[in-house]
Amino acid sequence: MARYLLRRTAFLLGSLLLAASLLFVLLRLLPGDPANALLTVGATPEQVAAARRQIGSDLPLPEQFGAWLAGLARLDLGTSFVSRLPVGPEIAERLVVTVPLTLLSFALAVVIALPVGFLAAWRSDRWYGPLLNGVSQLGIAVPVFWIGMLLVTVFALRLRVLPAGGFPREDWADPGRALTSLVLPVVTIALVMSASLIRYVRSATLDVLGSDYLRTARALGASFAGAMWRHGLRNAAVPVVSILGIELATTFLGAVVVESVFTLPGLGTMLVEGIAEHDYPVIQGVLVVSTFAVLVIGFAADLGQRLMDPRLRAHVGGGRS
Amino acid sequence: MRGRPTFVIGCVLVAVVFVVALGSLIWLPYDPADTSGGRLVPPGGAHLLGTDKLGRDLLTQLMVGARIALTVGVGSVLLGGALGVAGGLLAGFATRWLDDLLSAALDILIAFPTLLLAMLVVAAREASLGSAVLAIGLAMSGIVARLTRVLVKRVLAQDYITAARTSGASWPRVVAEHVLPNIWPTLLVNLALQLGLAVLAEAALSYLGLGPPPPNASWGRLLQEAQATVLTAPTGAIAPGVLLVVLVVGVNLVADGFRDLADPTRRRSR
Repeated sequence: MARYLLRRTAFLLGSLLLAASLLFVLLRLLPGDPANALLTVGATPEQVAAARRQIGSDLPLPEQFGAWLAGLARLDLGTSFVSRLPVGPEIAERLVVTVPLTLLSFALAVVIALPVGFLAAWRSDRWYGPLLNGVSQLGIAVPVFWIGMLLVTVFALRLRVLPAGGFPREDWADPGRALTSLVLPVVTIALVMSASLIRYVRSATLDVLGSDYLRTARALGASFAGAMWRHGLRNAAVPVVSILGIELATTFLGAVVVESVFTLPGLGTMLVEGIAEHDYPVIQGVLVVSTFAVLVIGFAADLGQRLMDPRLRAHVGGGRS
Repeated sequence: MRGRPTFVIGCVLVAVVFVVALGSLIWLPYDPADTSGGRLVPPGGAHLLGTDKLGRDLLTQLMVGARIALTVGVGSVLLGGALGVAGGLLAGFATRWLDDLLSAALDILIAFPTLLLAMLVVAAREASLGSAVLAIGLAMSGIVARLTRVLVKRVLAQDYITAARTSGASWPRVVAEHVLPNIWPTLLVNLALQLGLAVLAEAALSYLGLGPPPPNASWGRLLQEAQATVLTAPTGAIAPGVLLVVLVVGVNLVADGFRDLADPTRRRSR
């Protein structure tokens, strides 16, 4: 396990470094100078030079790259071209919205998907088994922002029971108000996320229901619930947990889009604004934080799976799969 | 085909969108940029589905949108498929260290979520049809490459490869005669699923204002534009979403059908 942990940590660190490099290269390979974002049409050569000096794009590329990595190591993500404020603290402020949104949506999606997926498999011979399956098939095809629009129309514009968007200026000082403004976004993401999760839970449950060990346990006199609890659950949990990491990352991305629907001041809207204004430090900063988050979630999910599955635990330091 | 109603339904759904997209090349009710129809005209009469807040005919916009959705979807699958299969073959055949390096690179590429990678490409270039195809295709290529690598490794371990090599077949010939024919059914299923995801990714990009700009009508952008007038003109906020779901459900059902055809032992209930 220790060797695996070491390998996996080394891989994580390598990935983080490569991801940071990739971001730098992709954003620098583009034609045009990032300094253009600072300039108006018809700027004099002196102004151009000053702008380039200000953001450091007059330095040779390796030096720029070095400065970027050194900044990352100090958790310094640079200064926004537009607001002239440091990007790091701004991202931290936005995460106050995005992180609760992601976690609440993820939790709700799991709470919906576990019973529904189980029911769809367990009762696949009744009318509602295939129906639940069909609904989840539909769910994975629906754009998440469209669900958001429809929910806003019904619950905010027609019924007027929930806010259509926005987030309290004082953040979580009034938790009730903050939560209220997150209800529709959370439901939106959770509905779409649970659709794909249901399919994994259903598939894992079907495998368990058709297994010999469950039949043996039943033949030895265990009740259905008892056999499922003792044998079914821990077997079905392995594939589901491995997929949860990916789903958590996907939820985070769903949040990026859904924030725009509900005009929430989160990381996603920050990125969209940054792209619209060619604010490279903001784009770089948000993408680097998001990618790191996705990589770290993947790392945690892999470790969780190792700890849960004794077959993998025994396979110490085993090869890549 | 018989006893596979979902596959047939999927084909019909996809065919409908294809016909509409092809039809938009020959005939459109109005010019896509024509704003003379009056703003937010309700459905019926001269404008079958009404007009949007700029006075453009909604049916026209939806037909052009079908073309854009399929162009981006098919374009990015072709790009991502070609890059992915080439990369996967390379990794599959490579010696140990090159394979390790390529696999690690692929894992990192996959860790970049499609939408973030697409937004990065758009940020680096500009919002255009080409950027959307490039962005989504690039993001897809990592997933396709990883799948191809696994499939190639599995085929290369078979005895018939050894037999072919001992009887003097060259590696290119082995690839053409043994590897590709054995891996394409699984690849095809995966590429079909990727097509659906690409269509959704394009819609999300366009919704965020980062997709192909006008006059390329995109369903995602139509939804974004209709959001403010959803109560007065609901058709504009519903029709593009319905078409998106029709296309993506259709593509997914076709993919499931391919999978059953490729592997008859697979339980149909999955």
